Amino acid sequence: MRHILSILIENEAGALSRVTGLFSARGYNIDSLTVQTTEDPTLSRMTIVTHGSDEVIEQITKQLNKLIEVVKVIDLNESDHIERELMLIKVRATGKDREEMKRMADIFRGRIIDVTEKTYTIELTGPGEKLDAFIKALDSTVILETVRTGASGIGRGERILKI
Amino acid sequence: MEISGSEILVRCLQEEGVEFVFGYPGGAVLEIYDAIFRQTAFKHVLVRHEQAAVHAADAYSRSSDKVGVALVTSGPGATNALTGIATAYMDSIPLVVISGQVGTSAIGLDAFQEVDMVGCSRPIVKHNFLVKDVRDLAETIKKAFYIAATGRPGPVVIDIPKDVSIHKTEYKYPESVAIRSYSPPTKGHPGQIKKAVQLIAEGKRPFLYVGGGAVQGRAGKEVTELANILGIPVTNTLMGLGALDGTHPHFVGMLGMHGTYEANLAMQYCDVLIAVGARFDDRVISVPNHFLSNPKKIIHIDVDPSSIAKRVKVDIPIVGDVKHVLTDMIAQLRESGLRPNPSALEAWWKQVNEWRKPDSLLYTPSTEVIKPQHVIQTLWNVTNGEAIVTSDVGQHQMWAAQYYKFRRPKQWINSGGLGTMGFGLPAAMGAQLANPDAQVACVTGEGSIQMNIQELSTCKQYHTPVKVLSLNNRYLGMVRQWQEFFYGTRYSESYMDALPDFVKVAEAYGHVGFKVENPADVEPVLKEAFGPSLKERLVFIDFRTDQTENVFPMVQNGRGLNQMDLPPHMAGMQQAPFENNRDYGNLS
Repeated sequence: MRHILSILIENEAGALSRVTGLFSARGYNIDSLTVQTTEDPTLSRMTIVTHGSDEVIEQITKQLNKLIEVVKVIDLNESDHIERELMLIKVRATGKDREEMKRMADIFRGRIIDVTEKTYTIELTGPGEKLDAFIKALDSTVILETVRTGASGIGRGERILKI
Repeated sequence: MEISGSEILVRCLQEEGVEFVFGYPGGAVLEIYDAIFRQTAFKHVLVRHEQAAVHAADAYSRSSDKVGVALVTSGPGATNALTGIATAYMDSIPLVVISGQVGTSAIGLDAFQEVDMVGCSRPIVKHNFLVKDVRDLAETIKKAFYIAATGRPGPVVIDIPKDVSIHKTEYKYPESVAIRSYSPPTKGHPGQIKKAVQLIAEGKRPFLYVGGGAVQGRAGKEVTELANILGIPVTNTLMGLGALDGTHPHFVGMLGMHGTYEANLAMQYCDVLIAVGARFDDRVISVPNHFLSNPKKIIHIDVDPSSIAKRVKVDIPIVGDVKHVLTDMIAQLRESGLRPNPSALEAWWKQVNEWRKPDSLLYTPSTEVIKPQHVIQTLWNVTNGEAIVTSDVGQHQMWAAQYYKFRRPKQWINSGGLGTMGFGLPAAMGAQLANPDAQVACVTGEGSIQMNIQELSTCKQYHTPVKVLSLNNRYLGMVRQWQEFFYGTRYSESYMDALPDFVKVAEAYGHVGFKVENPADVEPVLKEAFGPSLKERLVFIDFRTDQTENVFPMVQNGRGLNQMDLPPHMAGMQQAPFENNRDYGNLS
């Protein structure tokens, strides 16, 4: 099953490699990983999307907690949460495609952030499925390049991850 | 006054009460060695190989209550130390390993003797540090000792670039250390302990399974008290040997791959299992499915939450320091007066004693050829069971574990988790330095000893009069046993030709050597080795043992604990002779 883990970790050199090293050494999967410092510059927050049985996720959580720099780990799946991912997608936009691309971007609430005579670059945020759906909706031959950030997640409502 | 990083390091080690630093100098640590030269508070032990430095520091810790310290140079010095670090990591031994590093301005440029030690050691340490600024040095050392020794102990590496050892700053050693992201558990949850006590009292076939956590957690006294109060059978794992006295009437022997018949069957057929500082390792329970095939309730006490429910599902997890948890559990037992049902317990003991009767450690004595088991038994007699015993890895290790009845925690020192050949001799050295008055025996084999035999030189330099018992069967014995069992006796590369004359080797290093071929000589030679005339000497005894002897019982990989290969006199014995078979699952 897919899980989304939020990790508060000391903002120190090497902390990220400890986390990724743990995953590779113990044979766990990382589907996506995003990390950035928080409003407290001494802390970073990671969002890791992974999958595995409940037992595997329990072990991952325990092993992460064992790392000295890890302050807190929560599994966002345990309650309602919001996920967002950012995609930049460069598409061929010529002739009648040019209008079509504009319309598609609007429908998906994307923004065209770069324009040339032959291309559009569209910025799109949302849950991963929405981004997948956008790619699917396009004729694959018009897609020149995509880049995605991986998910960031946060609990809904009052639920917060803080020390 | 400002002092250099090297001087700070030396001062910090003094503040931590370090007695011995095991190490080997090199370019990146010359400043540190210069500072060591100018102090007298601790002694430096110059080993002959960095792996041995870490093993010696490790055994120094295992045989005392202190943190072991090793010091190595950058590059090859650091990588040579890795096997020792991994050994300590697998067995949860508190160590601080200091490695030199090239200067900060050279890091990352493939400088001479540069290796990314933080990267290399990351998967095999509890934590590691690269100190980039001398102003962080003292605090880092304080943190390292704290992290190494608390919670589930483990090795911590501090990588110190050469310029950091030269730069100067004001020295101040922090009195305490607080790491917001690290809070090792101490007390167990009282509610969970209460539930555990209830469950034990409801059990008909309770069994106490004690691992290395009880030894590292200094909980020998509490384990013994719990065993006495409950009156139930107890097993120690390989790492837990000595947690309960091996001669205690409730002790049913070690369990696992080479455990006794009674310990393995009790483990398999108990209905309430109390696991104390033990982690259901594959060498202990083999495959979880087999182990859990008979319904049982499991109480698991461990300081490391990730050890709980890693391999088996646990009914009552108790996260906490073993010593604290057992103390609370004993108090609750006393207060509540709850005990296992006496008649059920009597039936359980009757069964366990049935299993004990055939004596699965019985072997066929010989007057022709030396039986390795006989050597260990004689060692036990000659040393009154009081010696600190280190071992290498292989058949001799298992025989030492099976036949030397360890009486107290920290008396048995071996590489359990990693199975490191070459561990025994440097470990004996470290243990002897920690316990100068103790008798220290290193049980080894002709294969293992040659992996770090150069430490005979260190032993000479520092007068560590350990007794090396080499059970020499001219084979990598455990490899040979497996080839015999599983590879159609194709002894591929397990025979070592061109063995040295070990007596001459010992003598060449300035020690005393004996070669023993006749079983009648085993006892007199051991008596002499441990006797007053050779008290101050290292004695190397080359026992030419039976080449065909195997370690029994044995649980083959993938089999259940009730499917042992038994010694010849028990061959064909039914292995599940449990009369209350129908009782399984009655514990609700």
